[in-house]
Amino acid sequence: MDFTSNYFEIFGLPVSYQIDLALLANRYHDMQKEFHPDRYAGKPAQEQRLAVQYASVINQAYSDLKSPLCRAQYLLSLKGLDISGETHITHDPLFLMRQIELREALSDLREAEEPFVELEAVAQDASSQYVELQETFDRQYHQADFDNAIETVAKMQFFSKLLKEAEQLEQELDN
Amino acid sequence: MVVLLQISEPGQSPEPHQRRRAVGIDLGTTNSLVATVRSGTPETLVDSEQRHLLPSVVHYSASKEVTVGHAAYAQSAEDPLNTLSSVKRFMGRGLGDIKTLGSQLPYELIVDNSAGAGGMPNFRTVAGDISPVSASAEILRVLVDRAESALDGALDGAVITVPAYFDEAQRQATKDAATLAGVKVLRLLNEPTAAAVAYGLDQGGEGVIAVYDLGGGTFDISILRLSFGVFEVLSTGGDSALGGDDFDRMLAQWLGEQAGLENDLNPSQQRQLLMAARKAKEALSEQPQVEVSVAGWTGVLERQLFNDLIDPLVDKTLRSCRRALRDAGLKAEDVASVVMVGGSTRTLRVREKVAEAFGRQPLVNIDPDRVVVIGAAIQADVLVGNKPGDEMLLLDVIPLSLGIETMGGLVEKIIHRNTTIPVAKAQDFTTFKDGQTAMSVHVLQGERELVSDCRSLARFELRGIPPMVAGAAKIRVSFQVDADGLLNVSAKELISGVEAHIEVKPSYGLNDEEVTRMLKESYTYAKEDMQVRALRERQVDADRMYEDLLAALQEDGRRLLNDDEYHCLEMALKDLNDIRQSQNHREIARHIEMVSKTSEEFAARRMNASIQKALAGHSLDDIERDV
Repeated sequence: MDFTSNYFEIFGLPVSYQIDLALLANRYHDMQKEFHPDRYAGKPAQEQRLAVQYASVINQAYSDLKSPLCRAQYLLSLKGLDISGETHITHDPLFLMRQIELREALSDLREAEEPFVELEAVAQDASSQYVELQETFDRQYHQADFDNAIETVAKMQFFSKLLKEAEQLEQELDN
Repeated sequence: MVVLLQISEPGQSPEPHQRRRAVGIDLGTTNSLVATVRSGTPETLVDSEQRHLLPSVVHYSASKEVTVGHAAYAQSAEDPLNTLSSVKRFMGRGLGDIKTLGSQLPYELIVDNSAGAGGMPNFRTVAGDISPVSASAEILRVLVDRAESALDGALDGAVITVPAYFDEAQRQATKDAATLAGVKVLRLLNEPTAAAVAYGLDQGGEGVIAVYDLGGGTFDISILRLSFGVFEVLSTGGDSALGGDDFDRMLAQWLGEQAGLENDLNPSQQRQLLMAARKAKEALSEQPQVEVSVAGWTGVLERQLFNDLIDPLVDKTLRSCRRALRDAGLKAEDVASVVMVGGSTRTLRVREKVAEAFGRQPLVNIDPDRVVVIGAAIQADVLVGNKPGDEMLLLDVIPLSLGIETMGGLVEKIIHRNTTIPVAKAQDFTTFKDGQTAMSVHVLQGERELVSDCRSLARFELRGIPPMVAGAAKIRVSFQVDADGLLNVSAKELISGVEAHIEVKPSYGLNDEEVTRMLKESYTYAKEDMQVRALRERQVDADRMYEDLLAALQEDGRRLLNDDEYHCLEMALKDLNDIRQSQNHREIARHIEMVSKTSEEFAARRMNASIQKALAGHSLDDIERDV
């Protein structure tokens, strides 16, 4: 496929970690209005097939840029640093400690008296640290400090996963 | 150039802006409907007695006569084994799934275990074994006939709605039923999305919409954001085996207990209880109590008791709502409006509990039975090309995650649920034994981690991998989900280039031979019709291709093609138009294939030109914004 622009170019946005999410959403809608297969219903079959491929790329680009973690990974991949495939392990001892604490807090929840209240507390704590890491990444990326940026992304991965687990737990408790 | 002038001569080519005939079809568990857009207004089409709803009931007689709808429903109490209802619940399901629907099924189910039979159980009737797909095709056929006589001509296509929570197998079965009924599917559209379209266009509302869709046999919840004509589905959830029929069953069981009929009910008794239960349920939406007389028992049923019976089921739907909100990253208070869809939302208890859960009164101002089919008709009108330049766009999601089996019976998810479609994803895997030359790819759908807890969609093998040490081969498995939510999988060994590709036909789906066989056997078509139908279908395809390509050539041909390429395409088109007049459907199909090949490069250049234009559009915007 000849859709070689990088994800930022697709939406006409500057290559940067800071992103205007509302503008991104608008541009995404504009692009889908142009390339979604529904727009090609009256076009030759070949173009219909291509539209499926293009719309897929646009969807992928949007979902990657929207997510703070995927956007960071994507920016690094543009610098030839592909770390999305495997989990990069951090060796920061303090962080490893925090990691264990948070995991324990989450697993203790099942026996807690007010599991929803405590779950909310753990999730709040995790989200605020996640946001802090995003700010750290932005600074490091801006300063071209890629070694540390990779380390930060590894930490972000942990929080992103933890937050997903918290959601799953909420659902389990709900049932 | 000369050739183009010749083939564009008036009278030879089809009218370019001729209105195409398109309909929306709601193939429901309990009732089905068909609608179309006429003079800009969507309307449901009625039968000769002015009825909109067609009961989704099919009756088979010993003389192989098939009746559908009201007449069939009338037979259900006296001839239950040969009267099929709620067939939608069996679509794309195996016997294991169906057992969980409850033991009180008044049918004799037959599983054909022979190779290629698919594994979907058939109903044993006096007219032979009937598959859920062919029973659904009978219903579709009646609706298509109704539409073709109302629109005075053959349909160009239909949008058929499916519950958002339908999995791959259920979607494929629905598409198979359409093939069997001889209708071209423009799109499978999720029911809540269709409802949001009907509602959104009617009310002009922007913001977050929750669509609560409780039909006879399925429950869906979808959370959408509507902004400037774009309906973006944020999340969807539900239960493809929970609906108002379950309310009836709960109540029927209670009535049976009151009447002292607890065990060994015969099918006719079961039907009587179910019909009494349904009548009582409907009455309780109007009045606080109802007198019921069934199987020799007479008594009064209070609404409160009915509520207590169904509350566990309603609560189950509310859990799905909470999950869908979580998936969308929203809270109940973010929802601007809650839309009620499906006949079962007439039950007052459902409305009460939904209002409580979302903290606002749900909207019930559009007929819950018709809102889905109206949305489908609007989308069909757009897709068939009757509304060029329309701003409406639907961005839908895949309801259940897709993945493949890895070591230890675990599922590696490749596409997660609630991902916007169309979507393409690839993941690399490797061999685990030295010298391994083949790899089996097992495609699964579901949220659980174990293979045994997910639905198996397909298995295929990638063979001919050159022997290497374990872990050296790099096998890329690619998933492509199209705008109907249907999946294609391919696998490629990257070092050697060995490739395998499969159009996923779910384990409970039908293969092409089966569809052909069923077409031949179906009562709708005599065998001699087959040739006629094939010819007509190819001719429609050829006309479509001719018109579309001609328009594209006139628009961009001179700009994007050199003289040779231009004339080559022109000639191919002219041939196609000539051959279209012939009576040979194979010859037409061959030419369609040829034109398709010839126009590949042109299509790619046109798409590229569009991309350049779209990308340039951004920078223009930026400049305007900066000024």
